Amino acid sequence: MAQKLTANRLIDGTVLYWRAGEWTESFAEGEVLASEDAAKAALAAAQDFVARNLVVGTYLFELKGEAPLKEREIIRAFGPSVRPDLGKQAVR
Amino acid sequence: MYRYDEFDAAFVRERTEQFRYQVERRLKGELNEDQFKPFRLMNGLYLQLHAYMLRVAVPYGTLSAPQLKMLAHIARKYDKGYGHITTRQNIQYNWPKLKDVPDILADLATVEMHAIQTSGNCIRNVTADHFAGAAADEIEDPRPVAEIVRQWSSLHPEFAFLPRKFKVAVSGAAHDRAALKFHDLAIEIVKNDEGRIGYRILVGGGMGRTPYIGYAVGDFVEKPDLLAFLEAVLRVYNENGRRDNIYKARIKVLAQSLGQTEMRERVVREFIEIKRAGTLQVPQEERARIEAYFAPPAFEALNDAPLPTEGALGQWVASNVHKHRAPGYAIATLSLKPIGGVPGDISHEQLDGVAQLMDDFGYAEIRTSHEQNLVLPHVKQSDLPAVFARLKALGLATPNAGLITDIICCPGLDYCDLANARSIPIAQKIAERFADLERQHAIGELKIKMSGCINACGHHHTGHIGILGVDKKGVEFYQLQLGGSATEDAAIGEIMGPGFGENEIVYAVERVVDLYVKLRQPGERFLDTYRRLGMEPFKNIAYQEQLHAAH
Amino acid sequence: MPLIKDGVLAEDLYTAVDDDAPLPEGPVIVSLKRLRAERDSLLGRNQKLGVKLTSAESPESIGSDLERLSLVVLEFPKFRDGRPFSWARILRSRLKFDGEVRASGDFLYDQIAFLQRVGCDAFALPPSVTPALFARALAEMTNVYQPAADGVKTIRQLRSEP
Repeated sequence: MAQKLTANRLIDGTVLYWRAGEWTESFAEGEVLASEDAAKAALAAAQDFVARNLVVGTYLFELKGEAPLKEREIIRAFGPSVRPDLGKQAVR
Repeated sequence: MYRYDEFDAAFVRERTEQFRYQVERRLKGELNEDQFKPFRLMNGLYLQLHAYMLRVAVPYGTLSAPQLKMLAHIARKYDKGYGHITTRQNIQYNWPKLKDVPDILADLATVEMHAIQTSGNCIRNVTADHFAGAAADEIEDPRPVAEIVRQWSSLHPEFAFLPRKFKVAVSGAAHDRAALKFHDLAIEIVKNDEGRIGYRILVGGGMGRTPYIGYAVGDFVEKPDLLAFLEAVLRVYNENGRRDNIYKARIKVLAQSLGQTEMRERVVREFIEIKRAGTLQVPQEERARIEAYFAPPAFEALNDAPLPTEGALGQWVASNVHKHRAPGYAIATLSLKPIGGVPGDISHEQLDGVAQLMDDFGYAEIRTSHEQNLVLPHVKQSDLPAVFARLKALGLATPNAGLITDIICCPGLDYCDLANARSIPIAQKIAERFADLERQHAIGELKIKMSGCINACGHHHTGHIGILGVDKKGVEFYQLQLGGSATEDAAIGEIMGPGFGENEIVYAVERVVDLYVKLRQPGERFLDTYRRLGMEPFKNIAYQEQLHAAH
Repeated sequence: MPLIKDGVLAEDLYTAVDDDAPLPEGPVIVSLKRLRAERDSLLGRNQKLGVKLTSAESPESIGSDLERLSLVVLEFPKFRDGRPFSWARILRSRLKFDGEVRASGDFLYDQIAFLQRVGCDAFALPPSVTPALFARALAEMTNVYQPAADGVKTIRQLRSEP
């Protein structure tokens, strides 16, 4: 199952998504890691950012189509479902 | 209320700088996340689903107007314009940046506030009866004791790395509004046969994965001995609490495995020795010094008058105004549960507005409650119409305190990193379903409490109707529990059965409530009817109707 | 590993000895297990003797031999394991041990002041803590709210002074 890789930026907590060796704040711009090998490689590469104290809490999550599979990741990607004026959904 | 002296002020300032240095070292990489985490938690800082979250301490739920204004300022300057009142009487912000937190703490220190020990495996911020000093059924104001415990527990060198968190509550009233029996340690102010006031100490209560009701380890602890007794309990816990399994690390598990007799023996053994050393005794002068800060305002000599019963004001009075000990005065609950709102959330405009109201009416203090509302403890009955009008304009006059829409609700999956399911939207739907005020008043006292995971921040175990959100293969389900109570008749709710889907849970609650209304005898609350009839009829109606609806 | 004793850098006079290693000359530190197994020969060496307690071992389990010891080492297997804080207090307050109480293992800068308060007078410093940082750690908080084993005046005592 395709996955994306996420983390929080250490200095401000902002949710980040992995994109080809860098990070983006946008879920949509996050890289789709189509294979388990690609996912593992991304997670391993991301540890360099952890070691450099730039991000914390790296983990992979599954996608269903283009969207996250789990409600948790949908909310994380867009913002609180009860406050459409807040979180990433508000910026769009 | 308590005012800092030079020592308290210096302590909080130095603590802020201590945390500033910890943040600095974290950002430079001198502390890794594993090392930093316990220290940031001890300063109330979490990393949640979207961002950091800062939990600011409101010791025993008491705040002044300048403190409210500072909380509003912080919401505006460092956050997204609002805060959230928690079930432990604290206020938390959902969007602070790590780099700003030392400055937030420095701002808080200017109004005698902090975030010390609002999280972490340490003695947490002490809670108390939110009607303290005003309730008619009170033996003694619990807040001086809570303040003594707050000071003793602040940066306690022996107990900063306990097996797990440790929550303390204090109450001095006949009616338990502080959920004493569900705390790691509870201090109940009691009067003995000789008329002397002392403390009954309970330990081992708690909710979460394995809920237990606390039991007494001290039946009558004399006032000067309180801290020695608490230190004894904490030492027994620190030495013997399980550290091999996070789910079994709370003192409730130790209390169950040792049993009451053994627990009492161990605590008393430590207590005798600590008392003998003498240094922890709380002398009368120190108690008097602290008590003086909590002296009630100078009440005017008034008489009770008939309270308004008509119109919107009358409805608000019926549910949100409570009996005060002084004639001519009343206690008023400011509901943070507007229909369709987020339970416990309060905007910076509302925080400022309440502070202004306090200034205008001369109120020195306000309370936060574990039910996630605010409480004005000393309102002149003759001021009720004017206060109501001001609250109405602020959106804080929802007349539902203690009613079915006054729902305790954790942030759930909308904010929380640990949650399995959303809780706020369900609370909103239930509130909307029961929005009709006449219906709410007809149903009467009914406490719905909801958590989005097993950790039970929303106290679902003690709801008359409790709701627990669970995740089943990626889908949110909601379990019903009936018959819980957090007061002196403490009980853990009974699980009804399999969970309901997001769209069914509101109907299930409604069917349960409707059956209660149909079957209740005169004067019975939901809880009373449930205790008389048991789970069976409620279970039948909840699931039976569900089948019909599905076909 | 630098040793701080009574607030200053000090030479470590002891040799820590594994359970199955031969005893060298001079003061040694052994496990509680070894003390029990070789009690008579260890106590009969006429040398200073230290015992290292794991975080699961209460100093009360040493029994009356404690008075023959000159050092108790409290080992932190993980800095979050807070039992050694209670062991230090029990050593000082209950058992009236007046020898050296040494913190060792995985403790952090941020715990040094607490450790001193509960009765540690020696610190086997982890690599992250320099002697200068050690001094800084003790200076972060001026006053304390609760009595511990360090005899420092509490804020309550300071308040009642004229």
